[in-house]
Amino acid sequence: MSTPDYRLSQLETLEAESIHVIREVAAELERPVLLFSGGKDSIVMLELARKAFAPARIPFPVMHVDTGLNFPDVLEFRDKRVAELGVQLIVASVPDAMAQGLVKEEPNGSRNRIQTPVLLDAVEEHGFTALFGGARRDEDKARAKERVFSFRDEFGQWDPKNQRPELWDLYNGRIHLGESIRVFPLSNWTELDIWQYVLREQIAIPPLYLAQEREVVERQGMLYAVNEFIRPRDGEQPFRATVRYRTVGDANLTAAVRSEATTVEEVIAEIAVTRMTERGATRGDDKVSDAAMEDRKKEGYF
Amino acid sequence: MTPDPTLPTAAPETYPTVTDADDQPVDVHSPVAEHAVELATARKDIVRIATAGSVDDGKSTLIGRLLYDSKAIFEDQYEAVARASKGDHVDLALLTDGLRAEREQGITIDVAYRYFSTPRRTFILADTPGHVQYTRNMVTGASTADLAIVLVDARNGMVEQSRRHAFLASLLRVPHLVVAVNKMDLVGWSQEVFDRIADEFSAFAAKLSVPDLTVVPISALHGDNVVTHSQESPWYEGPTLLHHLEHVHVASDRNLTDARFPVQYVVRPQTEEHHDYRGYAGTVASGAFRPGDEVQVLPSGLSTTITGIDGPRGPVEEAFPPMAVTLRLADDLDVSRGDLVCKPENAPTATQDLDALVCWMAEEPLRPRQRIAVKHTTRTVRAVVKELAYRLDVNTLHRDREATELGLNDIGRVRLRATQPLFVDDYTRNRVTGRFILVDEATNATVGAGMLTPAG
Repeated sequence: MSTPDYRLSQLETLEAESIHVIREVAAELERPVLLFSGGKDSIVMLELARKAFAPARIPFPVMHVDTGLNFPDVLEFRDKRVAELGVQLIVASVPDAMAQGLVKEEPNGSRNRIQTPVLLDAVEEHGFTALFGGARRDEDKARAKERVFSFRDEFGQWDPKNQRPELWDLYNGRIHLGESIRVFPLSNWTELDIWQYVLREQIAIPPLYLAQEREVVERQGMLYAVNEFIRPRDGEQPFRATVRYRTVGDANLTAAVRSEATTVEEVIAEIAVTRMTERGATRGDDKVSDAAMEDRKKEGYF
Repeated sequence: MTPDPTLPTAAPETYPTVTDADDQPVDVHSPVAEHAVELATARKDIVRIATAGSVDDGKSTLIGRLLYDSKAIFEDQYEAVARASKGDHVDLALLTDGLRAEREQGITIDVAYRYFSTPRRTFILADTPGHVQYTRNMVTGASTADLAIVLVDARNGMVEQSRRHAFLASLLRVPHLVVAVNKMDLVGWSQEVFDRIADEFSAFAAKLSVPDLTVVPISALHGDNVVTHSQESPWYEGPTLLHHLEHVHVASDRNLTDARFPVQYVVRPQTEEHHDYRGYAGTVASGAFRPGDEVQVLPSGLSTTITGIDGPRGPVEEAFPPMAVTLRLADDLDVSRGDLVCKPENAPTATQDLDALVCWMAEEPLRPRQRIAVKHTTRTVRAVVKELAYRLDVNTLHRDREATELGLNDIGRVRLRATQPLFVDDYTRNRVTGRFILVDEATNATVGAGMLTPAG
């Protein structure tokens, strides 16, 4: 690579910044773990972790908080990727926690909130001191204010009014016993950056992200693909539509969008001209209130 | 919801868009989409901006304007803001107020990061609040910035707060300073008013050794001179704000002269396939490294040769800032995290005595004889505060040599004595090896930011 003007593109700059963050955590914190759901952001984060330590293996395990409501495609993808990289996968199971009476199903069927105690239990059980998450600051107003190294108390709580100042790239990972750091290596990436990187690096993604004809029902103006978690209700008429998923959350709550994008290039074309945020377009669980994310984060959510 | 009539339609230099017309999928093969892809995927560089000023200066409105006009605002975000707006126009300021506590109290409590891009560049904007914790926030936001925008209300001219913001930007060595003289509509687009403010600021900036100052007359509310040239100011021949952000020359701001590579992590695969591999991972702080270069490793002072440099996609011919790479060395030296790789003829200063301007960020004051942890590049050492030479009044730049402590948000010249040598350069020459943070070893809080400068 010859670069006489000593300039990096925005993707190379973001990549370098993320790798720096990931290495810093591995060097300074005793037991990190990377949250890996099989969604596009965590796929990119895992790829950056691979690059950070190559040709050595990633020196920490990955963890998936399994709500029991996953798209089967995504679980399959998760297991395949983990096997390829030779990293250890830890699964923290929400259904197991429900069976033990530790958490209860919420009336609206969302397991978004109840996955938090399951995550925190797993963190405690394994003694994790740093948790890598794939969240980006462009996703949400509350996330726009989060640090790259986000300090959490022993209950995993985020205190937005009392964050550690974060200067230059000098991250402070010091904690007391029981406390932890949430680390967001993709803080400065946008949705478009993620897709451009997937394209540039030829990173494999679950097929759900690409358009294909699926059987769907319409609920509150959003399209939901019929699957083992979404059954047509009375009065709902399933129909065939060409759709794809912009985000991959729980299969019972994540809506699909009408799309003709069957390749990563076409996804980029779609995003470049689309006028709706990914969460607004597809997440039933964020519509509740303007501060939904802020509230969940304070409780220890990612 | 009807859009704000004061908002202009698409500016010429931003992305084309199609609206999500009910249920219709985006035509990914349309000329519009193809054009958008071309613009979106063009090779761009990143420019980091810090904005300073208070809500009263129209800072949030300006940021909302930049985001909206560059189409970084999505329909659902815009609609949420439109719903929340009181009064008869869409309050773009609401786009940037993030937390509930902030909306309830009408204040901004922390730095927020925003993202927008144009076909030429992509921008990371650190939006720093003006009132509460201003030093801490401004220093945080400015620490990574290539350019700082200081907002001034045309009716008030340069006030104490503007001086403070300009000073902090210069202290952090932000290479480019822009003064946006806002609310020009409220002074009748008077050239005289603008010239007076510009002159006053230039005189002040000269004292601060600000390398590059640009002053732009704008109206954030109406969009004049933000993205498009205003017809209200025929006398103004300079660039619009966005044009300046897109064209300001930032590539030469980095230090490409002094090769510095702090070792961050030692990569040892210990596998059959890579049995003998041993690499030193890190981010290039300054200068450039090539395979074949003779290098010196500090603190040992031993010399060796770079045999190879591995980047994210395999071997590279050259590494320069801010690349994250792994160096392979010819000799089996004892190198670990916190060591620094440089060139034998150009080494940083190894010293235990740290003379620095320190911004203090904790309630508990900094006092002589205090013990504290110093994190400098990838090296963390303990230090004791030897001396507080003076405390600086950020409004008058007066040096109070009688001061006995630095309180929250104070800035002063401090001498620290570290338990181990650090490999340092002056902050004015090297923003990476000239900086450090201070950490309280009892609370683990980040309590200060330091910039190494020669004693004086």
